[in-house]
Amino acid sequence: MNIPLLEIVGAGKRFKRGILGRDATTALDDVSLSVPEAPPQIIAIAGESGSGKTTLARLLLGIERPTMGVVRYRGQDMRALSRETRRRLRRDVQPIFQDPFEAYNPFYRVGHVMMMPALRLGLARTRVDAAAMIAGAVEQVGLRPGEILGRYPHELSGGQRQRLMMARALLVRPRVIVADEPVSMVDASLRATMLEGLRELHRSHGISIVYVTHDLTTAFQIADKIVILFGGRVVETGGAEATISTPRHPYTRLLIDSIPRVELDRRWADTPLAQQPRGEPPAPGGCNFAARCTAVMPRCGREPPPLVALAEGRFVRCFLAGDAARLPARESCGVR
Amino acid sequence: MTAGEPALEVESLRVVYGRRDGAVTAVDGVTFTLEAGERLAIVGESGSGKSTLALALLRLNPPPGRITGGAIRLGGEDILALDDEAMRRARLARIALIPQGAMNSLNPVLRIGPQIADALLDHDEAAPATVEARVAELLRSVGLAPDIARRFPHELSGGMKQRVAIAIAISNRPRVIVADEPTSALDVVVQRQVIDTLMAVQRGLRAAILLVGHDIGLVAQVADRVGVMYAGRLVELGPVATMLASPSHPYSRALIASIPTLSRRLERLVGIPGTQPALASLPPGCAFRPRCPAATPRCAEERPDLLARAARHVVACHNAEKP
Repeated sequence: MNIPLLEIVGAGKRFKRGILGRDATTALDDVSLSVPEAPPQIIAIAGESGSGKTTLARLLLGIERPTMGVVRYRGQDMRALSRETRRRLRRDVQPIFQDPFEAYNPFYRVGHVMMMPALRLGLARTRVDAAAMIAGAVEQVGLRPGEILGRYPHELSGGQRQRLMMARALLVRPRVIVADEPVSMVDASLRATMLEGLRELHRSHGISIVYVTHDLTTAFQIADKIVILFGGRVVETGGAEATISTPRHPYTRLLIDSIPRVELDRRWADTPLAQQPRGEPPAPGGCNFAARCTAVMPRCGREPPPLVALAEGRFVRCFLAGDAARLPARESCGVR
Repeated sequence: MTAGEPALEVESLRVVYGRRDGAVTAVDGVTFTLEAGERLAIVGESGSGKSTLALALLRLNPPPGRITGGAIRLGGEDILALDDEAMRRARLARIALIPQGAMNSLNPVLRIGPQIADALLDHDEAAPATVEARVAELLRSVGLAPDIARRFPHELSGGMKQRVAIAIAISNRPRVIVADEPTSALDVVVQRQVIDTLMAVQRGLRAAILLVGHDIGLVAQVADRVGVMYAGRLVELGPVATMLASPSHPYSRALIASIPTLSRRLERLVGIPGTQPALASLPPGCAFRPRCPAATPRCAEERPDLLARAARHVVACHNAEKP
C-alpha cells in the first residue's frame, strides 16, 4: 500500500489545566486514521460535543500536536518537517472551518483574502494570473466574482462566506480538505447545496475530504466511510451504508435513534428511547460509554474494550462484538 | 375556557422593526388558530420572521420591534388590549415561552430552586409554605432530581438547564407553550431526551404548543400541523402528513426536498438556489418568485393570499393546484 497522505497512529491529546497542569482533560485517546491520496475518499468523523472530533481535525491540519502517538504527512512525522515540506503540507491540506464569521480578517476585502494564498503559495506568478484563478474558483462555488470580491466580509451572508471558504480551498488545489462542521451555521436549503459542492470537489477534482460533523444524516449522505468518536475514542467505523444500516456499538445505535427523522413512520412516540442509566463518570480504564450504556456489563467498568474487526474495514470497540478478531496493533486499513 | 374554543387565535398579525422610512415588516399578516392541546410547528429559514412571531405572541419583541396590527386572542381575549401589568400576569399563567437558548436565560448567581419558586410565588401559584414541594414536583416532572434545586446554573449541563427552563415555563400551568428552537444548541441524543420530556409535560397539562424551528425532522417528530414562513409571511399551513408528503407551495416543496434522510443515499443533494430576499427590499408580488421554478408573470404583480386548498390546509400560491 502507498504511503498515506495523512496518517495518525495511536494519537492522544491531553489538555492541561490548572496550576502545574495537574488537572488534565483527555480530548483524544489512541486514535488511528489514515487519509489516502488515491483513491480519494470522503471520510466523516462524527460525534457529539466533547467527542474529540475537532481536536482530531486540528491534528490532521498540523495546527495541534499530539501528546501521544504520531501524525505523519507523506510518511514524515509532522513535528520534524522541513520548511519546504511544511509549505507543501499547507498547500496539500486545506481547512474549511466551522464559523465563517471568524475566518476572515474584517479589514481586508474578500478579493485580498483570496489573493494572498494565490501568491504566497506560489500558485500564480502574476497578479493577473492569480485574479483569473480566483474568479474561476469563486464561480465554481456558485458566486459571482464581480459581486463578491470587492466587498468586505461583513457585507456577505453566512452562506456566502462559507462558500468563499470552499472557493479558497479549491483555489489552492489541495489533495485533502479538512472541513470542521462546514455547514452547521447555514439553513437546510443551503446546507444541501454546499454539501453537494463539497462532493462535487471530490468527484471532479479527486480531492479527499475529511468531514467533521455532529450530523450523522449528512455524514451518511456524502461519506464513503464513517468514524464515530465518543469520549475521545473511536467506538465504531466502517462504510457509511453498513455503519448506519447495521450499527453495532450501543452508542451508534443511540445516536441513530435520536436523529429526528422526517419519515412519519419513524416517529419517536412509537419508538421510546431506551432508558439510560444515570451513571457515574466512566472509571479510568473502563469503557468510556459504560455510564450511559443500556447494555453495560460488570466487565465494562474494569477493562477497556478492544477495537474488534467485524469485516473488511469495519471495526467496533465493544465487548458485545465478541473477541473473535482482535486487531494487530497496526492495521493496514487505517483505523485502529 | 369553554370547550371547543381555540387556545390561541392569531389574526392578521403584523410586527415591524424600526420606525418611519427605515421600518421593515418582519411578520406580515400572519393568521392561524391553535386548538387546545394541539402541537403546531412553524418552520422557516433564518430571517423568515418565525422567532419574531414567537416573541410577539407574548408581546416580548425587544425594541425597535413592535406589533402594529392584527389580533392575538388567548382563550378568546385579545391580549393586545391588555395593559402592561395584565400582560405580565398573563405570561406564565396563560402563555409561556421557552426562549431560544433558554439555557442561558437562567440567572447565573441564583440557585435553581429560588428561580422556579419566583415563577410560582409571583403568580400566587403556590403558597410560600408549599412552594418547596411544588419546586420538587416540577423538577421531577421534567426528569430532574429534586436536589437540583440547590445547584447553580453553571453546575448543570446544557440539557439539564433546558429542562429547568421547561419547568419554569410549565410552573403556572399555561394553556399555551411557545417554544422557540428549544434544543438548537444541544447534542442530538440530549435533544431527543429534552423533546420527549417537553412533549410529555405538554400532554400532561393538555396545553397547546407552538414549536418554532428550522429542523423539519424535529417538526415531523412532534407536530400535528406545520406552518411554513417565508420572508415574514405564512405561505402554507396544513396537517403534518400532507405537508411532508405533498406540500403545495413551491417553497415548502423545495424546503422538504432539501432535507437529507437516513433511509437511502441520494445521488445528489438538492438545495434551493438563491437566497431569501432582505425584508427591506422585498420584490413586488410573491416574495419567493425570484427563486421559484414555477413562477408566472402574475407572481411578479400580485401577492398571493393564503387560501384554503383543503380542510385545514391553506396555501399562498397562485399556482397551487386547486383541489
